[in-house]
Amino acid sequence: MRRIGEEGRLNAGEDRLRGLLVRGLAGEEPAYRAFLRELSAHLRAFLKKRLARMPDEVEDLVQETLLAVHNQRHTYDAGQPLTAWVHAIAKYKLVDLLRRRASRELLTDPLDDESDLLSSADADAAQARRDLGKLLDQLPDRQRLPIVHMKLEGCSVAETVRLTGMSESAVKVGVHRGLKALAAKIRGET
Amino acid sequence: MKTDDLIELLASGAGAAPSHAAARRYAAALGAGALAAALLMATLLGVRPDLAQAVRLPMFWVKIAFVASLAAAGVTAVLRLSRPGARLAWVPGALAAPVLAMWLLAAAALAGADPARRAELFFGETWTSCPLLVAMLSAPVFVAVLWAMKGLAPTRLRLAGAAAGLLSGAVGALVYSLHCPELTAPFVGFWYLLGMLIPTLLGALLGGRLLRW
Repeated sequence: MRRIGEEGRLNAGEDRLRGLLVRGLAGEEPAYRAFLRELSAHLRAFLKKRLARMPDEVEDLVQETLLAVHNQRHTYDAGQPLTAWVHAIAKYKLVDLLRRRASRELLTDPLDDESDLLSSADADAAQARRDLGKLLDQLPDRQRLPIVHMKLEGCSVAETVRLTGMSESAVKVGVHRGLKALAAKIRGET
Repeated sequence: MKTDDLIELLASGAGAAPSHAAARRYAAALGAGALAAALLMATLLGVRPDLAQAVRLPMFWVKIAFVASLAAAGVTAVLRLSRPGARLAWVPGALAAPVLAMWLLAAAALAGADPARRAELFFGETWTSCPLLVAMLSAPVFVAVLWAMKGLAPTRLRLAGAAAGLLSGAVGALVYSLHCPELTAPFVGFWYLLGMLIPTLLGALLGGRLLRW
């Protein structure tokens, strides 16, 4: 009985989150924000369990995975189970982190159990050690300024165009490439 | 930066995500890559002069079907490997089927041939150049498909790189068959396959480094 109950909750969580993401991908900002909030709690619980020996890394990896989900959101197919998609991204980023740390002994926990990703949540965010704000400051102006004006100060595209003197398409490309460059900086590539 | 601030940053002004991004990227990559390969073939090698006669031979179309079905299965493999959590399911079988069918044809052709002619069926006249030319013609598609894949989200990087390589090899072979004079099943089943496996191996080797995100 308990198992059925848990599965029911899991499916309900999957349907709910999936609905939020699908609406978010169609351009509904509040739905997308709610999706990222709920997802971050699930990711935190999922990663805490798997990084039990590196608790300091958890919040950094939550942020890195959220950025990855955002940057790669165009690869989600609405016909696909959301859990499988999110799990594959979280696992990829987790393995990438462990590889970067080059500590194979930490790979003792099995990573292929995708079913429990949405069954637990942890809303208790610790302080991230890596400051994304500082990484953002290192981006070139053509990427940093559009992100700062549009994303942090809430300006529209037109206002950002006026403030930066950049063209409308350069502003949009700047945000897109800037967030990808931020992910590359986290990986230590540039 | 706190995680809530990051979420705010990501969500604000996010807009709608492009739909069918993968299909559109690969369509552009394959179109541009195949066009470049066709131009390379036409200028460096030339279309076979007797193409008008060759298209009346069933074996010409068997060869085209062989490489085209590998290209089609390659497209499916590449699409699925670009999407986190998508399963390959029947795709490995779809890649193996044309190869096995060509090998069966080759075995039948060799078994039915006069033993003195068997080497000729297998080596043809161009076995030394065929795999390298197939690999050369696959280069534009190889670069274009890896570019397309880099903008998506492969999570099994070596396998994704290998699939990109195989797809480019199959498109390269498809273009090459308009130049190539060979039409025997043993030749196509070995030397064409070898040519397609060169970019496949290269993709597997480069995938881990080139496709990270």
